[in-house]
Amino acid sequence: MMKYQAEYRAPLRVATLEKKIKSITTRNWKIMEICGGQTHAIAKFGLFDLLPDNIELIHGPGCPVCVTPKVILDQAAHIAQLPHVIFATFGDMLRIPGSTHDLLSIKALGADIRIIYSPLDAVQLAQQNPNMEVVLFAVGFETTAPAHAMAIKQASLLNLTNFSVLSSLVLVPPAIEFILQSPLNQVQGFLAAGHVCTIMGDKAYFPISERFHVPIVVTGFEPVDIMQGIYLCVKQLESKSAFVENQYNRCVRSQGNVHAQAILQEVFDIIDMPWRGIGTIAQSGLGIKQKYATFDASKRFGMPSLLKDSENALCISGLILQGQKKPNECKAFGNQCTPESPLGAPMVSSEGACSAYYRYLRKSS
Amino acid sequence: MNNQSLSFECAFPIENYPFITMAHGSGGRLTQHLLDYIFRPAFSNLLLEQQHDGTVLTLPSNRIAITTDSYVVHPLFFPGGNIGELAITGTINDLSMCGAKPIYITCAFILNEGLPSATLIQVVDAIRQSALANNVQIIAGDTKVVEKSAFGGLYINTTGIGIAPADLTISPQMIQKGDAIILSGDVGRHGLAVLAQRENFGFNPPIRSDCAALWPMVNKLLENEISVHCLRDLTRGGLAGALVELANTSQLSFEVAQNKIAVSQEVHAGCELLGLDPLYVANEGRMILFIPANQVPKALAILHEFPNCKAAAQIGVVNSQSHGNNEVILKTHFNSERILVPFSGEQLPRIC
Repeated sequence: MMKYQAEYRAPLRVATLEKKIKSITTRNWKIMEICGGQTHAIAKFGLFDLLPDNIELIHGPGCPVCVTPKVILDQAAHIAQLPHVIFATFGDMLRIPGSTHDLLSIKALGADIRIIYSPLDAVQLAQQNPNMEVVLFAVGFETTAPAHAMAIKQASLLNLTNFSVLSSLVLVPPAIEFILQSPLNQVQGFLAAGHVCTIMGDKAYFPISERFHVPIVVTGFEPVDIMQGIYLCVKQLESKSAFVENQYNRCVRSQGNVHAQAILQEVFDIIDMPWRGIGTIAQSGLGIKQKYATFDASKRFGMPSLLKDSENALCISGLILQGQKKPNECKAFGNQCTPESPLGAPMVSSEGACSAYYRYLRKSS
Repeated sequence: MNNQSLSFECAFPIENYPFITMAHGSGGRLTQHLLDYIFRPAFSNLLLEQQHDGTVLTLPSNRIAITTDSYVVHPLFFPGGNIGELAITGTINDLSMCGAKPIYITCAFILNEGLPSATLIQVVDAIRQSALANNVQIIAGDTKVVEKSAFGGLYINTTGIGIAPADLTISPQMIQKGDAIILSGDVGRHGLAVLAQRENFGFNPPIRSDCAALWPMVNKLLENEISVHCLRDLTRGGLAGALVELANTSQLSFEVAQNKIAVSQEVHAGCELLGLDPLYVANEGRMILFIPANQVPKALAILHEFPNCKAAAQIGVVNSQSHGNNEVILKTHFNSERILVPFSGEQLPRIC
């Protein structure tokens, strides 16, 4: 049991990669790990300590919880408070600050909010509670989107009339392009998110790598994966190469999971999407297709007017999500902003960079 | 349920009252039923027989430890334990952490109307058996019935009294620089056992709670003159929560090594699956000990005699130089460092 994991956490393999990285690094390099899950693994396993000083890791926007726009959080809060609504969500979303409340306080005030483990649990809730409206909060990247698409398809097959989905699903490659296009960009190489590529394959990254002449290494989440991803990326940078490389080949095939892609295409359209702290990124989100419009919660319940779009004046989460600042460069970090009273989403999301720094890094570092 | 499976003579007319009703909390005849047919026969002892508003007792020493705790676990029964056993061992453990020998416990119940009477009887029987096994007497109690809630169960509050050693103070303030930190066994069982049962994860074999009384181990350590500076049982905040709390109270820094902290294969696998960190998962039968470094081999030898402490090990030390920031540093498997901080709120199931 768990053998697959022990191999990728083997101290000796990590130590070998540590030496290899140190031996090939001759210059300063800035590498972005896209996924917040990777940021957390880096902090949790203390991988910063193992890298030479001239490699800087920049943390990417790959935290779906963090980039969910306030207007959708407010809409979630609005819907969850309606009588006859069971609001189904992953646990991550409960503590994310909206304009006024987070879902956890709304739950405390009596809203029927259920934590689910799979989108299909919400379909089951709808079957079990025919007199209630069950609304599923769909937040995530390409990784979780197929399961949400499956829930919508399942509800359609079952002819459920009391099930709908509030969608805030986003796509990774447009965000990488957005970062590379910024005049402030400092990122020289990317670790792409292995699980996203397991679904989508690595095709989408070829034109990006070519156009911006940037190495992109599809990377997993265990310490050996991340160290190897960094090694491959540095190797390309040192030799002035720029291509797409697959470190996570035990899961990722170039074409990805074609069945999952088919169901995404059937249920969702690619749309422009606002990212919290970043702004609208063209063609970066998934909206529910007209064919399944009856399951679209934003159509069923309407949108409330946005109470307050701006972030707290002290919060620099937008700059952090774009890789322009580090969490510990924020004046509010650990003072006015803590997991108990967060100013921005990255402090409470389990994939947020601020949360990773707060949970794992020494205050003096 | 049949009476044969119980460890006491229960004459409660379960056919007439299969469920607890508001009338069972009215103070009238049905309340008397609970007392006469369930609580009194289960907990029977001379002090309880006073049948008074309060119990008057003479203590063998004037240095006592007292603690109170409420038990709201859901579900009521889970692999390796149940709310009744927990209500006794949890309170015994709080007393034990003061080095105090647990002798008396009071027990108050808040029941939801609609609770199956058989369930109440089973829980009371578990309390009785746990109290007997640990040589404590139930000396006072109370029952209230409240309207049905979403959980539809029962809550228990217990208060414990223990006899504290005359010439020994065991407390966070006694932790010394250079002390060894010992963990009494593997971590994360209870939290995962309860979560798996509540959410029907169907782990096979099921993960069993570590729910157990810690007094026998503490007693043996003290009898063998181990100079215990501080004890802390690991409960809701897990190992990390306990370490951080003690670093703060003692104003000292600790350093612990991840590869010394025992986590069973099944807990490790369950935590990975659910995105939980076993260092933050609840325990109900584990403790950490702060003792002088030169007593470590002797203390470990004593702990290893107990079947559920076979995995006891020294996991770290109290830093001899404190930098004034009271941090708990975890040395990872890769010889890198990270800090442990208190978890904020509950660990929640994640998106990805």
